[in-house]
Amino acid sequence: MLGVGGADGRRETRGRERDCVALSSFPLPSVLPLKCNETTEWNKERFSGIGGEGSPSGMAPKPLDYESLNENVKKVAYAVRGELYLRASELQKEGKKIIFTNVGNPHALGQKPLTFPRQVVALCQAPFLLDDPNVELLFPADAIDRAKHYLSLTSGGLGAYSDSRGLPGIRKEIAEFIGRRDGYPSDPELIYLTDGASKGVMQILNTIIRSENDGILVPVPQYPLYSATISLYGGSLVPYYLEEEANWGLDINHIHQSVAAARMKGICVRALVIINPGNPTGQCLSEANLRELLKFCFQENIVLLADEVYQQNIYQNERPFISARKILLDMGPPISTEVQLVSFHTVSKGYWGECGQRGGYFEMTNLPAKTVDEIYKVASVSLSPNVPGQIFLGLMVNPPKPGDISYLRFAAESNAILESLKRRAHIMTDGFNSCRNVVCNFTEGAMYSFPQIRLPPKAIEAAKRAGKAPDVFYCLKLVEATGISTVPGSGFGQKEGVFHLRTTILPAEEEMPAIMDSFKKFNDEFMEQYEDYRGYSRM
Amino acid sequence: MRRFATERAKRLLLASRSPPSAFLCSSPAAAMDPAAGVVTVDTINPKVLKCEYAVRGEIVSHAQRLQQELQNKPGFHPFDEILYCNIGNPQSLGQPPVTFFREVLALCDHPPLLDKSETHALFSADAIARAWQILDVIPGRATGAYSHSQGIKGLRDAIAAGIADRDGFPANPDDIFLTDGASPAVHMMMQLLTRSEKDGILCPIPQYPLYSASIALHGGSLVPYYLDESTGWGLEISELKKQLEDARSKGITVRALVVINPGNPTGQVLAEENQREIVNFCKNQGLVLLADEVYQENIYVDDKKFNSFKKITRSMGYGDDDIPLVSFQSVSKGYYGECGKRGGYMEVTGFNAEVREQIYKVASVNLCSNISGQILASLVMNPPNVGDESYESFSAEKNAILSSLARRAKALEDAFNSLEGVTCNKAEGAMYLFPRLRLPQKAISAAKAVNAAPDAFYARRLLDATGIVVVPGSGFGQVPGTWHVRCTILPQEDKIPAIISRLKAFHEAFMEEFHD
Repeated sequence: MLGVGGADGRRETRGRERDCVALSSFPLPSVLPLKCNETTEWNKERFSGIGGEGSPSGMAPKPLDYESLNENVKKVAYAVRGELYLRASELQKEGKKIIFTNVGNPHALGQKPLTFPRQVVALCQAPFLLDDPNVELLFPADAIDRAKHYLSLTSGGLGAYSDSRGLPGIRKEIAEFIGRRDGYPSDPELIYLTDGASKGVMQILNTIIRSENDGILVPVPQYPLYSATISLYGGSLVPYYLEEEANWGLDINHIHQSVAAARMKGICVRALVIINPGNPTGQCLSEANLRELLKFCFQENIVLLADEVYQQNIYQNERPFISARKILLDMGPPISTEVQLVSFHTVSKGYWGECGQRGGYFEMTNLPAKTVDEIYKVASVSLSPNVPGQIFLGLMVNPPKPGDISYLRFAAESNAILESLKRRAHIMTDGFNSCRNVVCNFTEGAMYSFPQIRLPPKAIEAAKRAGKAPDVFYCLKLVEATGISTVPGSGFGQKEGVFHLRTTILPAEEEMPAIMDSFKKFNDEFMEQYEDYRGYSRM
Repeated sequence: MRRFATERAKRLLLASRSPPSAFLCSSPAAAMDPAAGVVTVDTINPKVLKCEYAVRGEIVSHAQRLQQELQNKPGFHPFDEILYCNIGNPQSLGQPPVTFFREVLALCDHPPLLDKSETHALFSADAIARAWQILDVIPGRATGAYSHSQGIKGLRDAIAAGIADRDGFPANPDDIFLTDGASPAVHMMMQLLTRSEKDGILCPIPQYPLYSASIALHGGSLVPYYLDESTGWGLEISELKKQLEDARSKGITVRALVVINPGNPTGQVLAEENQREIVNFCKNQGLVLLADEVYQENIYVDDKKFNSFKKITRSMGYGDDDIPLVSFQSVSKGYYGECGKRGGYMEVTGFNAEVREQIYKVASVNLCSNISGQILASLVMNPPNVGDESYESFSAEKNAILSSLARRAKALEDAFNSLEGVTCNKAEGAMYLFPRLRLPQKAISAAKAVNAAPDAFYARRLLDATGIVVVPGSGFGQVPGTWHVRCTILPQEDKIPAIISRLKAFHEAFMEEFHD
């Protein structure tokens, strides 16, 4: 029995009409209503061009006017690289020193890459070095061994497409890492490698969203990748608010209310996104919280999408990182066997910060095999994730071990980064909390600080006059005065009348005190200018 | 059955559980299924289901199973290795990477090497100089940082200079968007252009199935135009017109024309005159020209030359205001064949600022493409020059690869043409042959009996008998009633004679078996 049968057989019969394309993947609709709308008007003008070789080109409207673009594309907003970023880039061109704290991009702010993984990948890039007797002058023996190991996992080195899901050997190493982390074995067949975690999120949301009636529960404040992707694929974002007063905690009752409200509007809620540790909010979810969430997903038949890209970035001891998958499996059947979960991870964060490599993966739990196959098919259209990024992932889940030549150096480098991040998290939170009309939760994890700015009514009026959202107004003034480029809270979502900004905690530690001083000075002057003692925005 | 049992168990277990949520869901599929929220194949995006990609389809899964069997049970099959001729993945079949490019990439991946004197013993001087030059245009020399979402500005400058050298017309670095391979760039354009199934994209048939897959994923309509096999896969303007009118009469708004030059899977290289006609057609009909030019370095015949559509439009006197044009380029093809790096770019001209901003915004959601791939894209557009230390060895490597590809293309073409009932056009360029199979009626009936397309049936038999993996023509589209397979020209040259003899033996046996 030929497995290729069904689809091709159908093609054959359909293919008789030559006008209709002979591929089953894109049938033209047989009946196409002709409505008199903008599009067909536009069409008529096109018709006049047919056959007329020399028709004057000046008459034809532009084929790609803004008006005729995909509406979903236009709806997308992505604040991390939005108005503030563009203004900061302009100021930089004018010669102003800009401190880019808008993107979690550690190497751009001076964090040095870890030495060992770079040595391994450099050797994989230039495999001819491995045959050179001088190679040991430049590279330690364990990097050489590791490069040989990873090259043996490829099918033709870094220059060959891999399996569309990623190299099987790397997926096996990731599965072993997940098994060690969670205490439950993981299946490499359910791990798909991607060009960064964002691509994985986009792929999964594209699989889930069918129309604007499909809703995705997203925390607010959220990382705008989610809102942007949901717009792009034409779904509906169903917000649930995190509680700033409770250290950005998650209240399950609010989620229930959000779901009920969405369903009243006819929205089918299909997935719940959690970001743990939180971006931009920096909180770490407790085990009890995760259990409630999983129970909720079970009760409501909702897929859990767990963005766990900051799992290495933890700056306190009370709430260590626990994966949603571990809790899911701890809970036992039927939850452990029924709740569908997709977890995301990356090489861009942690103490690695290798954003430019675009390496990431997602792991699927309890997804039916047929769905997994569909996701594979879509992945295969883009052929394969980049192979150097895959090797970085392998290295991330298998760093040097005690006793390896490179271990001490690797441990020293990675600890220095994490310790410094922890100190910077404190400097930043304390700095913000010492400012007038600013309150800030501690960054328990991730890479961001998300202070609330209590803007005086006068400032809000001034913003209105300038045609800006109040937090955008504040952040623009901030970057103009100090060069500190942040992202206004409105890009992440916030309760009405409450204003925030997001900064990363990534500027170099030695520069941190000066940055906080310059922020404080700006904020004092700003508040001085606009404060009139008639009251503040809420909280 | 099992689902209902588990549903019941769930409800018993959690009395507090809310009634099945789905009755409030508005989609009809959801309303019938109490588990509508969850991701099953019945409740995923139907556009995902519709999308197909034959290059990595069923035949490849079967090949992977056979490979596993070969490892576990040597001698179990009448061949000892699987020859993947299904995909243009040269380095997986033994093509060596170009040394200079890899030297530069290694140095950029680990910049501390540049501070060591020993490095000069292992790397060429111009690779070291180039690595410095590249690091100097990267802010903070940080190859591990996200870049500008269009790609690192300095690398775009270099690519624009490379394009200008190639075409003799200037290129603007702001028009260049670096992407993880050319495929994401194609997806971005389809996303931008497609509003509903009433938006159509003119695509060649046969086509590279990225296009059909991407159009299906984005919910548009593929409007086919057929290439003429009898004139070496010629592209006739009259056919374009006919199909355009036909689509419009069905209410489809045709938004763009895809041209793959050199052709995939068909291997033809467009003549300059033909390109001018295509440009005028797009201009007159108000279509965006999407030019897939990823095989621009892969030309195997002396009487044909690659001309970019950018060069053609500019030489016709058309500028930015006259025609919207997108040119796709990749590091995966050419003589470099660096598929695993996922490097590529699109040069977007003739779009107004508002539209370009939208492209930039969509690019920014995914932050940036991988830096190694960006660096490589700048290198392939600016290889070593005469006088550089690496120039001679670089040229030798490049010419060896290209001339060997030309010989392989010819040898395989001749082999296919020597088979009973098979005709095969020349591969003037790209990396594929697309021979036409005239199959005996008995073979067609045998295929029907197992519910397979005849060319898929043939490809499957070929794989089982020889270990050679080809893609059935039905995955690319073909004139109904004709059958083809796509075969890459990429197996290493020393393997070609054995492939040809296995192919011939298989074909003879196949024709013998199904003789009418």
